[in-house]
Amino acid sequence: MASVAMVVNGKSVTREVEGRTLLVDFLRNDLRLTGTHVGCDTSQCGACVVHVNGEAVKACTVFAVELDGAEVATIEGQANKDGSLNVIQQAFQDHHGLQCGFCTPGMVMSAAALLKENPKPTEAEVRSYLEGNICRCTGYHNIVKAIMAASGQDVAAIAAE
Amino acid sequence: MYAFEIERPTTIADAVKAMEHDGAQALGGGQTLIPTLKARLAAPDVLVSLTGIGEMKGVCLSDDGMLCIGAATTHATVAREAAAHFPGLAHLASHIGDPAVRNRGTIGGSLANNDPAACYPAAALGTGAVIITNTRQIAADDYFQGMFTTALHGGEVITEVRFPIPQKSHYMKFVQPASRFALVGVFVAKYADGVRVAVTGASEDGVFRWSEAEAALSADFSAKALDGLSVDADGMIGDLHGTPDYRAHLVKVMTGRAVSAA
Amino acid sequence: MPKDHGIGASDKRREDVRFLTGAGHYTDDIKHYGATTAIFCRSTVAHGIIKSIDTSRAENMPGVLAVFTGADFADVGGNPAGWLINSRDGTPMKEPKRPVLAHGKVRHVGDAYAAVIAETELQARNAAEAIVAEIEELPAIVDMAAALAGDAFVHDEIGTNQCFDWGWIEDNRAATDAAIKAAPHVTTLELVNNRLVPNAMEPRCSIGNYDAGNDSYVLQTTSQNPHLTRLLISAFVMGIPENKLTVIAPDVGGGFGSKIYHYGEEALVLAAARKIGRPVKWTADRTEAFLTDAHGRDHVTKIELACEKDGTFIAFRTETMANVGAYLSNFSTATPTFLHGTLMAGNYTVPNVYVNVKAVFTNTAPVDAYRGAGRPEATYSIERVIDKAARELGIDPIAIRRKNFVKPDQYPFTSAAGLQYDSGNYDALMDTLEKHIDRKGFEARRKESEARGMLRGLGLNAYIEACGIAPSNLVGVLGSRVGLYDAATVRVNATGNLSVMVGAHSHGQGHETVFPQIVGEMLGIDPQSIDIVHGDTSKIPFGMGTYGSRSLAVCGSAMVRATEKIIAKAKKIAAHMLEASADDVDFKDGQFTVKGTDKSVSFGEVALKAYIPHNFPIEDIEPGLEETAFYDPANFTYPSGAYACEVEVDPDTGKVRVDRFVAVDDFGNIMNPMIVTGQVHGGLGQGIGQALLEGARYDDDGQLLSASYMDYTMPRADDLPFYTVDHANGTPCTHNPLGVKGCGEAGAIGSPPTIVNAVVDALQSAGKNVTHIDMPLTPLRVWEAMQNA
Repeated sequence: MASVAMVVNGKSVTREVEGRTLLVDFLRNDLRLTGTHVGCDTSQCGACVVHVNGEAVKACTVFAVELDGAEVATIEGQANKDGSLNVIQQAFQDHHGLQCGFCTPGMVMSAAALLKENPKPTEAEVRSYLEGNICRCTGYHNIVKAIMAASGQDVAAIAAE
Repeated sequence: MYAFEIERPTTIADAVKAMEHDGAQALGGGQTLIPTLKARLAAPDVLVSLTGIGEMKGVCLSDDGMLCIGAATTHATVAREAAAHFPGLAHLASHIGDPAVRNRGTIGGSLANNDPAACYPAAALGTGAVIITNTRQIAADDYFQGMFTTALHGGEVITEVRFPIPQKSHYMKFVQPASRFALVGVFVAKYADGVRVAVTGASEDGVFRWSEAEAALSADFSAKALDGLSVDADGMIGDLHGTPDYRAHLVKVMTGRAVSAA
Repeated sequence: MPKDHGIGASDKRREDVRFLTGAGHYTDDIKHYGATTAIFCRSTVAHGIIKSIDTSRAENMPGVLAVFTGADFADVGGNPAGWLINSRDGTPMKEPKRPVLAHGKVRHVGDAYAAVIAETELQARNAAEAIVAEIEELPAIVDMAAALAGDAFVHDEIGTNQCFDWGWIEDNRAATDAAIKAAPHVTTLELVNNRLVPNAMEPRCSIGNYDAGNDSYVLQTTSQNPHLTRLLISAFVMGIPENKLTVIAPDVGGGFGSKIYHYGEEALVLAAARKIGRPVKWTADRTEAFLTDAHGRDHVTKIELACEKDGTFIAFRTETMANVGAYLSNFSTATPTFLHGTLMAGNYTVPNVYVNVKAVFTNTAPVDAYRGAGRPEATYSIERVIDKAARELGIDPIAIRRKNFVKPDQYPFTSAAGLQYDSGNYDALMDTLEKHIDRKGFEARRKESEARGMLRGLGLNAYIEACGIAPSNLVGVLGSRVGLYDAATVRVNATGNLSVMVGAHSHGQGHETVFPQIVGEMLGIDPQSIDIVHGDTSKIPFGMGTYGSRSLAVCGSAMVRATEKIIAKAKKIAAHMLEASADDVDFKDGQFTVKGTDKSVSFGEVALKAYIPHNFPIEDIEPGLEETAFYDPANFTYPSGAYACEVEVDPDTGKVRVDRFVAVDDFGNIMNPMIVTGQVHGGLGQGIGQALLEGARYDDDGQLLSASYMDYTMPRADDLPFYTVDHANGTPCTHNPLGVKGCGEAGAIGSPPTIVNAVVDALQSAGKNVTHIDMPLTPLRVWEAMQNA
C-alpha cells in the first residue's frame, strides 16, 4: 500500500492504495465518483477518460500512485458552479448527443480536451479526435454535432433531428 | 492483474537501481503494459515507473543537429515539440493511438516493447536513430531484433533517442481497422547521402528496411521510382485483417504515398 | 410545423442531466455493504469433456467464501428457449438443457464451469486460477455445414447438431419450386450474414442479494426486461417463487438485444448470495462480453429470385443455415424463423415465397436477437439479390423495386410470406429518397472521384420490417411460450403529479422524456410533473420489456389505455364536484367543464379530491386515482423505408469510405422527432458497422479470433458520415392508439444491403466483374475481390 494525494475536482484527497489500483478504480471505489466508467480491457473505448493536469487520460490505463500530486478532473466536476450544465454538457443535451449515457462521461471529457487545444474544430477534426471514444448508440452524428455546437459553430446546416 | 508494488524513482540512477530487484519491470506510459497486466499476461513483482524522471523528458536539438528526445517523453509532447524541426516524426507521433493514449504513452516505452505494429520503430529504423540507454548507445540497425525483441539487456533502461533530421520525410500508416495500429506503416526519410525506408506492421520479423526501395528512391525520390519493384509476401504477417499478399502490396502503396507526401 | 411541446415535439431528454453529470446509476456503480466478488472459470477450449474439477486449493485461499461448479446446479432447471419451432416433418426442435454452469462438457470458449466468491476481486481471481479442471479436448464443431454432415455432436444426448429444419410456408414449397422452374429469369446469390457481437458499452453486471429474514432475493442486473428475467429464474432455472424475487434493472448502458436474455451469471450470484449470506457482485470484463454475450446474425444463405424479363418478381426461394451456437438462448429459435422467414416477401407483391431454415448447434457462443433480429437477414438477402437481378436484366435498381412494390391502395396487404401489412406507401418513400440523393448529379460526382483515383458507387435499398412485438394470439400459434403484451400503471398522486410505472425498460431510448410527453398531452398537464418508473419488478406492472422496437407501440399503447381510464374516472369525480352528470363533463387542456356552463375544476383539484374523499360518493366511486392497463397488440407494426448511400473505394487499398447516407423511413406517427432521428442514427451506425467493419470470427478450433477491440472493429466517429434522415412520409399504424410503428431497429435493417450494393456498383464502374462480397467489406476483402475479378 502507498499513500497517494491528489486534487480531484478541486478537492484534496489522500488515500492508501495498492500498487495495482488503477486511477479509474481509485475514482470509482475509493472516492465513489462512479461517473467514470469502464467499457473495455484494452484501453480503447474511452468511457473512462478524465483529465490529469489538464490533459485527457484513460483512467483505466494509469495507476493511481503514479498520479501523486496530480490534479484530476472528472465528469462530476464539469457542471457550472450553480449546478447547471456547462457549455459542452448543454450542447450534448440540446443536440441529443447521448442515448444510454455510458460512454458519455468520456465523450464529454474528450470533447473538453479537444476544444481546449482546438477551439473551432472541423467535422473531420472532431471525428479524428474521438478515435479513442467508442459509442454504440448514437452513430456519432449528434455527438459530432454537439461538440461543434459547443465550440460556437453554427450547426443548423447539419441535418437536424 | 496480479498484485505488485510500484516504485517511482525521480532519477535515472534510482531507476536503474530499482530495476535490479528480482521481478522488476520498467513501466513507461503503460499504454501497452497495463492492458497486458490486466489480462494477467505479465506478473511483475515491482513496476518501476519512469514517468517521474524529469531528466528523461523533453525534446531538444543537439549541437550536431540531432533531434534528442527523452525516453519518457509522451507522444503528444513529441507531436508538439518536434514539429518545427522534424515534421515527419511529429506527424507520426500525432497519429499513434488516440489523444488520451498519446498523453501517456512514451517513445521509450514504444521502442522497448517493439510491437511489430507500432509506429516509432519505423521512425527509429527509418532514420538510423541512436537508442541511448543507461549503459550504451545502440544504432537502430542493431537495436531491432524481431517482434517484441530488442538488443536491450535485462534491467537496461532506454533514456533517450537521437534522430538524425532528414531533408524530407513522411510516415504513411494504413491502419488495422480495429486496433488502429499499423497494418502497414512506412517511414521514408531522405538524407543528403541517400534514402531510408522502414516498414512496420507487415513482417513477422518486426520492423525492417526495404532496401530495394531505398536504392531506387536514392536515385529518384519519387513514387514512380518504385514502379518496377515488388515486395515478397514471404515472411509477411497473415491475420484477420491482412494476408501476406495484401500486406506486401500495401508496403509498396504506402511507400509511394509517403514519398509523395514527404 | 413541428410542435414545441407535447406529442410530436422534440423535447430535450430529462435523463441526460444525470448522465452528463456522472450521476447515473448503472449496476456496477451500486455498492452494497459487505459486498463480495464473483469470478468465473471459463473454458479455454471450444469443446471438451470435464473429467474433473479440483477446487480444494482455491477453497482454502485467502478471502475465498465459496466455490461453485456445475455439480452444484445439476438438479436445478435449465435456461429455456422461449419459442418452440417445429421442423418441416412436424417434429419439435431439439432442446438440450442450458445449465447455470457447464456440467459434463464445455461447449464453447468462455463456457463457465466454475465460480469463485471472495472478499475481493484480486482474491477471487487468484482462487479462480488455482482451480484445476481436467478437460479432455474434443474436436471443435465450428462450420455449420460440417456440423450438419458430421457424426460428432455439441450435445451428445440429442444425437444431431440440427436444432430444427423449418419451412415457411411449407404449403407454398411446391408452388414456389414450380414457379422458379418455369421462370424466364432466375438470379441466384449465395451470401453470409456475418456474425456480430452486440457490444453494448456497459458490460453485463449482476448483483445478488439474499434476505434470510423473509427468505427473499433481489437481483440487480443489466437487463432490458426485468420481469422476463424474473419469470425465467423463477419458473425454470431456480424455482425461487416470483413473490420472493425482485429483479431491478437500473440505468443500463445499452442492450441491442444482448441484455434481453437471462444468463447463468444471474442465477449464480443469487445462489451464492444465499449460500454466504452476503451480496455477491459479478461484473463482466470486455473479453467475457465477447465470449459470452449472445451474438447476432450468422446466417449462410442461398437465395433465388425468379422474375419476368421485365423485372416482375415471380418468386423468392431461400435456404439458410442459422447458427444458434452451443446452447439455445431465450429467443434464438424465433430470430431466424418468425422474425426472418415471415419477412421474405419484402415490400413486394411477389406471389411465391418459400424459406427453409436449418438451425445448427456449434461450439461457439450462443446466437440470438441483435438489433433487427432476423429482419436484417431477410432484408439483406432480398435486397442484395434484387440488385443483382436488376444488373443482370439491365433494369434501373429503383425502377425494378417500384415495379414490384405493394401499392398504397392494396392495404391491408397479406404478403406471400403470410404477414398482413396494415399500412405503408413505398413509392412515396422512394420519391422522397430521390429528392434527397440528387441522382442526376451522381455521374459528375463519380467523375470527380475518379479524377482523384477513387471509385464511386451508389447503393439503393428498400426495406420493410415487422416490430412492435407482438400479438400474443398469433405468436402463441407460432410457438411462442410467452405472451408479448405490455403493461402500464398511471398513478396520479394527491398533489396532482404523476408516477407512471411501465413494463418497458429504457436503456437509451428516452422513455423518461417521451412517455410523459404523451401522458402530459392527454391530461393537459406539464410533462415535467410526470415521472416514469421502470426497471423494478417490485414497482411496475408485469411487462415484457424493451426489444423488437416495441416500447411505444406496445407499452406506450398500454400507457394510453391506462391514461384513458384515469380520464374516465376523473370525469366521474369532476362530475360529482361540479354536481353534474359525468356525461355532461368535458375534459380539455387539463380542465373539466360542464357542457354549456362556465363551471369547471382542474385536473389537480380532481386529483386532490380523489385522495381526500370527504363528501365523496364512495358507493359509486372508489377513492384514489390510479389505473393499470395491459395491452396486447392486434398485429405487428410495419415500418418501412428507402435508403441510399454513396461510397468511395480506394482501388489501391480496398478501403471504403461512406461519403453520404440518406435514410427515408415510415414510422407512422412520430412522438419526438429528435429521439426518433437519434434511433435511426444509431441503427445506421450499427448497420454500416456490420457492412464494413464488424465480424466475429472463430478459427477451426473454435477460438474467437476477434475477442477484443484489438480485432473486432467497432465503428468509430471517423468511420461514419453525417446522415440525412427523413421520416415525414409516415403512414400511421392502423391498430394501435398512437398510430406508431417503431424506430429502434430500422437503421440496422436497411443499411447493410445499401452499403454492399454501393460498393458493388463502385467496383463495377471500374470494369470489375464483382457481383458480391461477403460482409464485412474490409479493405482486405474488397482488395481481394478486385484482384480476383
